[in-house]
Amino acid sequence: MAQKIDQDVARFKAIIRGKIKKELRKFVATGELIGKKGKDLISIPIPRIDIPRFVHSEEQAGGVGEGDGDQGQPVGPGDGQSKAGNLPGEHLMEVEITFEELARMLGEELELPRIVPKGQQDLESRGHKYTGIAPVGPESLRHFKRTYRKALKRQIMMGTYDPRAPLVIPTHEDRVYRTWKEVKRPQAKAVIIYILDVSGSMGSEQKEIVRLESFWIDTWIRSNYQNVEVRYIIHDAVAREVDRDTFFHTRESGGTIISSAYKLLIKMVEENYPVADWNIYPFQFSDGDNWSGNDTDECMKLLTDRILTFANVFCYGQVESEYGSGQFLKDLEEKFPSDERIITSKIPNRDAIIDSIKTFLEKGK
Amino acid sequence: MKSKPTSSGKYMTSLPPELHKLKKEIEGYAKAYGLDYYDVIFEVLDWNQLNEVAAYGGFPNRYPHWRFGMEYEQLSKSYSYGLSKIYEMVVNTDPCYAYLLYSNGMVDQKLVMAHVYAHCDFFKNNVYFAHTNRKMMDEMANHKTRILRYIDRYGRDIVEDFIDACLSLDSLIDYHAPAIRRRRAPHEDVTGDDRVVRRLRVSRPYLEDYINPDDFIIAQQRWLEDEAKKEKRFPEHPERDVLLFLLENAPLERWERDVLGIIREEGYYFTPQGQTKIMNEGWASYWHSKIMTEKALKDSEIIDYADHHSGTVATSPGRLNPYKIGLELFRDIEDRWNKGKFGKEYEDCDDMVTKKLWDKKLGLGRKKIFEVRRLYNDITFIDTFLTPEFCQEHRLFVYAYDLTSKEFEIASREFGSIKQKLLFHLTNFGHPTINLVDANYKNRAEMLLEHTHEGIDLRLDYAHETLKNLFALWRRPVHIKTIVEGIPKILSYDGQEHSETRA
Repeated sequence: MAQKIDQDVARFKAIIRGKIKKELRKFVATGELIGKKGKDLISIPIPRIDIPRFVHSEEQAGGVGEGDGDQGQPVGPGDGQSKAGNLPGEHLMEVEITFEELARMLGEELELPRIVPKGQQDLESRGHKYTGIAPVGPESLRHFKRTYRKALKRQIMMGTYDPRAPLVIPTHEDRVYRTWKEVKRPQAKAVIIYILDVSGSMGSEQKEIVRLESFWIDTWIRSNYQNVEVRYIIHDAVAREVDRDTFFHTRESGGTIISSAYKLLIKMVEENYPVADWNIYPFQFSDGDNWSGNDTDECMKLLTDRILTFANVFCYGQVESEYGSGQFLKDLEEKFPSDERIITSKIPNRDAIIDSIKTFLEKGK
Repeated sequence: MKSKPTSSGKYMTSLPPELHKLKKEIEGYAKAYGLDYYDVIFEVLDWNQLNEVAAYGGFPNRYPHWRFGMEYEQLSKSYSYGLSKIYEMVVNTDPCYAYLLYSNGMVDQKLVMAHVYAHCDFFKNNVYFAHTNRKMMDEMANHKTRILRYIDRYGRDIVEDFIDACLSLDSLIDYHAPAIRRRRAPHEDVTGDDRVVRRLRVSRPYLEDYINPDDFIIAQQRWLEDEAKKEKRFPEHPERDVLLFLLENAPLERWERDVLGIIREEGYYFTPQGQTKIMNEGWASYWHSKIMTEKALKDSEIIDYADHHSGTVATSPGRLNPYKIGLELFRDIEDRWNKGKFGKEYEDCDDMVTKKLWDKKLGLGRKKIFEVRRLYNDITFIDTFLTPEFCQEHRLFVYAYDLTSKEFEIASREFGSIKQKLLFHLTNFGHPTINLVDANYKNRAEMLLEHTHEGIDLRLDYAHETLKNLFALWRRPVHIKTIVEGIPKILSYDGQEHSETRA
């Protein structure tokens, strides 16, 4: 049904996309919806525009919160009274979010196209997804919480519930079971290979940006493929493969030779991932410094001759650090001005992460 | 507390019969408890419509603006992802409009109705709402019509840009203006001001030096001269309501003046709701739980009720929930006044056990909370009724930004700092205090604002943009005097570029 607010929504979206009012675009911040994934709270980015006003700087202001914890214990971002319940009658619900749902939200939010995989598209595998509840089903799928809730309700209604001896016994009618639907998925395989510059010029804030961004990239690509492998390469002057934890916590002091990482990438792909079967996604994050122009030339050569022949796309994200020159991004853009297989993006701060993800993934490759 | 007889039959509502019955029932309980409210008109909306009305701030007719679209997006996304949901929405008007969500279960509708009646009681009786326009539905619709007309005449972009500029300044109003008069009336009789210090009458000449000592006379004379100088200043005294000043003095087109007036009026209308957020929600939650648990609930509904109620007052870790704090404070007050836990004798008692078991069986609790809901706003409410015991029981803490770890950390659990921080955030809605001190700065019709620095700097990128918007209205260079990292500075914008000078 058409609503009065539709035109305001359209207007807002046009501003977000930068079609009108360029000057407001810089106040697009990522507001957030808070959801839960396992034990962790995650925030789902949604764009908001802040109208600039005279305000206090947030860092000096602080605030009052409620809950356990000792002095010095960190409180999560976005906590505090200023944001709590700013709408009448609003009711925050705690929900568990699966990766699949997360990816769907991300896709909707950034209007990402589904990736069209190469390889064995016709082969389909079947999977199950729990979608609802039913009064009958196998015992192994009994929904424990709902069953007891239903039993408690019944007992209160019947007057057999005694709060002093709170004993709840579900009968046959109280039982509630999960039901599932069959879903089909193309059986395509993908590998994400992250390359990170860990030379001295990359600080902890830059790594945090990479960590956040890679979380969303993983989520999205995982939702598009049945089988996804993730590999991690770090490099300064030499490159090596590491596990996820090391990847985000290593800091070296050496110089930077990017070609070393490219060579390792090529070796990794050749040994493990035949191009015919695998969709290959190299993501490189760096502050844009390379040791020498010669090495940059070699990188370009490796890209053109080798990497671009097997990668679905090659994504380069440049985080800004105090020391980085950002030269590598310029070199790439110069060398491949209109090559669709190379996607570059600048990520100066956390707020730019969303735009960067969109840049990387909107091609649908 | 006398309540006006309410005639529910006066308005045609499209309530389905079962909800109508429910309304009668809940209204009966509310009245029996002594709640006093305007007539309430309930409308049942589906979630699209409810999100729309909520995005518009409760009014179905608002002028077109992108920010409503933004709110709507956020609400409907959040709803469709199952993260949050609006159950109700009440508008401060006479009669009171309240919206119910179509898909709510009967228990929810009951609870929401009880909640709504308490809100309406608060709107009607709290003194801070006394000056609000109770016919705001019509007024908002008029604003829409006028702004639509300007859009037709001048173009959407031009009008919207101007609205954006006004909104950027809408915190520069005097929140207490509706209740007090700060300025002299324009044509006040001033023939008595002759600018000479009046000496006190002295009956014996030798007493003159004692009764009117020279240094006192000189100081008084100097003060009078200062005052005289101030009169030539423009404005005479620092002006808090910058929007009003611009409305009266900025070189604006007539339509611009009208738009600015609209933004200012709507700003003032919503002010008391911001001033009483904790109290208003606390009051409504107090009554919905009272009405539900003592009267309206059936046995079969108790679990759904408990589920909903716990959701409303839930505190996610670290977060402060105004519903919860308000509700618990009202309960605390009722309990304290029932037992006589107040006054000098109680305060001076330093035996914790006696204090804890204190009970004079006064039974004044109910009367007291009705008085509180009439006379207080959030600031005075917290200032008067927040106790160390309360902070401890609800595990409140102050958090601050730690420069080394670059995170917000729990800084203190001490009562004094909690109270101070809470009050700081409530004062002026946590906005910086800013006055217009000179509209003829440097004798060049430039505008100078002054930020009263209370230990917290302004956010600079926002300040720069806001100055730009101020320039858009004043059309002459604008400045703000503030302190940046301990150094007094004047930030300026002259229509071309920003500059910074040491003040």
